[in-house]
Amino acid sequence: MSLITKGILKENPTFVLMLGMCPTLGTTVSAMNGMGMGLATLFVLVLSNMAIAAVAAQIPAKVRIPAYIVIIAAFVTILQLLMQAYTPALYETLGLFIPLIVVNCIVLGRAEAFAAKNSVAASALDGIGIGLGFTLSLTVIGAVRELLGSGALFGYPLLPSGGVTVFVLAPGAFIVLGYLLVLFNKIKS
Amino acid sequence: MKTSSLKNMTLTLLLITFVAAAALATVYVFTEEPMEAARLAKINRAIAEVTPPFDNSPSDEVAEVVLDGRTLRLFPAKKNGVLVGIAVETATAKGFGGLITLMAGFLPDGTIYKTAVISHTETPGLGDKIEKSKSAFSLQFEGKHPDSFQLAVRKDGGDVDAITASTISSRAFCDALERAYRAVSSSSFQ
Repeated sequence: MSLITKGILKENPTFVLMLGMCPTLGTTVSAMNGMGMGLATLFVLVLSNMAIAAVAAQIPAKVRIPAYIVIIAAFVTILQLLMQAYTPALYETLGLFIPLIVVNCIVLGRAEAFAAKNSVAASALDGIGIGLGFTLSLTVIGAVRELLGSGALFGYPLLPSGGVTVFVLAPGAFIVLGYLLVLFNKIKS
Repeated sequence: MKTSSLKNMTLTLLLITFVAAAALATVYVFTEEPMEAARLAKINRAIAEVTPPFDNSPSDEVAEVVLDGRTLRLFPAKKNGVLVGIAVETATAKGFGGLITLMAGFLPDGTIYKTAVISHTETPGLGDKIEKSKSAFSLQFEGKHPDSFQLAVRKDGGDVDAITASTISSRAFCDALERAYRAVSSSSFQ
């Protein structure tokens, strides 16, 4: 249980470890996109963590990174194919960022720091925890940006006046991330 | 973690890549069909969106026109065997963020009926206003005939009101639409 909760609070990948900033800033234009990206990463993280935990003992130390990357890339491509086939609308908005999960430092980071040294079950829980933490953070950033930037939440218009455009652009992503970091650290301490 | 030797390193990587390739091939076999169906459904949705009601299957009667080195696909929409509209899948590389693909619907006399954006990578909040759901920009073309309505933004001497702060996206939209019109007028549908 603590393996799951630590990913959400103590080792939150976005607000504490500060990993995976590229998809964090790039996809959080709306709450829905943020959540979609988070869940996509969760999927890859859990499966790659389990696969790597299962084979880590057999992999020679010198080629472990290429081996991990091939495993992660395979899961990402599988995810990409599945999304294209069954959720074309979501794939359209996130498509560009899905291949980038391969190089998301969270995924390789967890493989190297956790999965390679722990059991398959523990690695799966670790993947779920970190993945949930990532999903929650991205959803929150996306919700704040969507509300301020387009005056809506999960696609439902809330503010009749629309929003301040800067929040759906890249600078807005940095501003929102910065303030949320402050807030998160305040809550945590 | 094992100590590395040339033999076990090669074998491990070979095995892992082989398993990964096999897994991908398996998934691909299963997703190939729904992927194709999703693509087709999207095109058909766009056609229905930009043409008057029809009762044939326009994607089965597709015609291709090559203009400016780009292949445009023309989908004739017919009702009771009479042509009621032509949907043109057109694209432009002049967008701010890259390729913009549109479905443009014309009436048989060349009047623009409706348009729909199929895909684009314009800036969210600015250039993405070419989408119907984001602003009224694309609505100004409806009911206009390109012979009397210059498909260029006002800045360039045309009749199109550009999106504020997104002249490049607006220009690109006009470019794609203009090419679609040329494709229609050069086709045998008229």
